[in-house]
Amino acid sequence: MHDEPDSELELTTALVPLFVIAKGRALPADHEYEHTTLVTAQEGTEAASRTLTPEARAVMDLIADGFLSVAEISGYTRLPLGIVRILLAQMAEDGLLYVRNPAPRAERVDRELLTAVLDGLKTRFGA
Amino acid sequence: MYLDPAVSRSVKILVVGHFGVGKTTCIGSISEIEPLQTEEEITEASEGFDDLSGTPDKTTTTVAMDFGRLSLSDTLVLYLFGTPGQERFKEMWEGLSRGALGALVLVDPERLHESFPILDLVEQFGLTYAIGVNHFDSTPDYPLDEVREALNLSEDTPVVPCDVRDQGSSAHALITLVKHLMSTLG
Repeated sequence: MHDEPDSELELTTALVPLFVIAKGRALPADHEYEHTTLVTAQEGTEAASRTLTPEARAVMDLIADGFLSVAEISGYTRLPLGIVRILLAQMAEDGLLYVRNPAPRAERVDRELLTAVLDGLKTRFGA
Repeated sequence: MYLDPAVSRSVKILVVGHFGVGKTTCIGSISEIEPLQTEEEITEASEGFDDLSGTPDKTTTTVAMDFGRLSLSDTLVLYLFGTPGQERFKEMWEGLSRGALGALVLVDPERLHESFPILDLVEQFGLTYAIGVNHFDSTPDYPLDEVREALNLSEDTPVVPCDVRDQGSSAHALITLVKHLMSTLG
């Protein structure tokens, strides 16, 4: 539609410098904590999460009750994706996370996976 | 809000197209959650600076990207990313195209020339794609053959008419893409 919001071009500046939130840590490797990597908090990590930074605690609170993708965590917390990835990598190192990686690249040409996608779409939309 | 606890696999499809072609509307019409945005960092060459060191001056900015979600079974979830098509967002494409099943390319029949840079990117990143010809109120139904010809598409690339505001229509375009992905497996 012509009236689609032009938000995709909106350039923003963070209030808190990103390197402060990230505590100077570098981004994890490209294939780690991708947009579609699914994460949830390990059980019994409430105590540990109390000592986290406010941003890290916001992430932990969000994923305490179930699986979300890295992209969704960025969306709900409004933290930039890069920051979310750095925070998650640290939390995983601290044993706070349960991580499910997206279908690996080899599955890209996997008929079984595509069939599951197609069946899911057909079931959902009755097509 | 949360995924099924049994979820074990996630896949993604990119919904791409030029500015204002209806990517967000399309994602919104089929997503099971209110579309969300991620803020992605990109580096850009700064303008208006005298560069004394002789190295290109780069600054980091962020750009917002819309996406939606569709649970396809207890164990499988699909994410749809509305990916802006400007060349300067190429860096974002690197990450997004990695592991993507394919791309749904939305085109506006009145502004077909704006889709060329998008198709360049899609091909550059090796994504298999289908074309959704978005139907606007003011646009008479456009002969799909003319779209195919104008965009120089290969014969097997699917071209489907699509009203991105309509869930069934958006879903049909997506299903067409997935069938095409299967056919390319040979």
